[in-house]
Amino acid sequence: MNVIYFAWVRERIGLPQETVQTDAATVNDLIAELCAREDRYAAAFADTSALRVALDQELSSFDAPLAGVREVAFFPPMTGG
Amino acid sequence: MTVRVQAEPFDAGAELDAFAQGRTDIGAVVSFTGVVRDTKGDLQEMLIEHYPGMTESAISKIATEAVQRWDLADVLVIHRYGPLAPGAPIMMVATASAHRAAAFEAADFLMDYLKSRAPFWKKEITGDGATWVAAKDADEDALKRW
Repeated sequence: MNVIYFAWVRERIGLPQETVQTDAATVNDLIAELCAREDRYAAAFADTSALRVALDQELSSFDAPLAGVREVAFFPPMTGG
Repeated sequence: MTVRVQAEPFDAGAELDAFAQGRTDIGAVVSFTGVVRDTKGDLQEMLIEHYPGMTESAISKIATEAVQRWDLADVLVIHRYGPLAPGAPIMMVATASAHRAAAFEAADFLMDYLKSRAPFWKKEITGDGATWVAAKDADEDALKRW
């Protein structure tokens, strides 16, 4: 699946998006997999209460299932307007 | 209903004129323009990042909800991204309705939701470096009004 990062999450991880091969069942499982890879992921995902997630461009939750999802995006709380 | 997400500047006055032009069924037009504010006097640039695709769909969803909840003749939302100079317009909303209460309330609703539910992130560039603008709890709390 395509994983996209925005704002300081993108800066901490060091790339805007990547393709991830995963069998993770939920968003939390995917985060655990990414954090186990490298410190920069652990740094970005240290406090998920400071993060938001969108699944296929719809705001979602961290315990949401990933079955059928093509695009996951992680970002800080939005500051539009 | 018009939603535009763009890097280019816009002329809020001209947009507002065009928005209401030729309509005889409306009695009220309300507009809000958000401007890049230099709070400490050292802002060089405001950089706005967004999520192409989701930005447009999230704003359209918010605007559609406004149209369903209030008796609106039309809604306009323009939001910019990219580098913006202090004093530059960031975004505007306009609502048109038969009566002013609906136009005011819907514009207020749109602004509250655009703040916290449209995928934009602001970064302030100053002489001391760059800082991401943190979301305020008050902005999230504002959604509970609706």
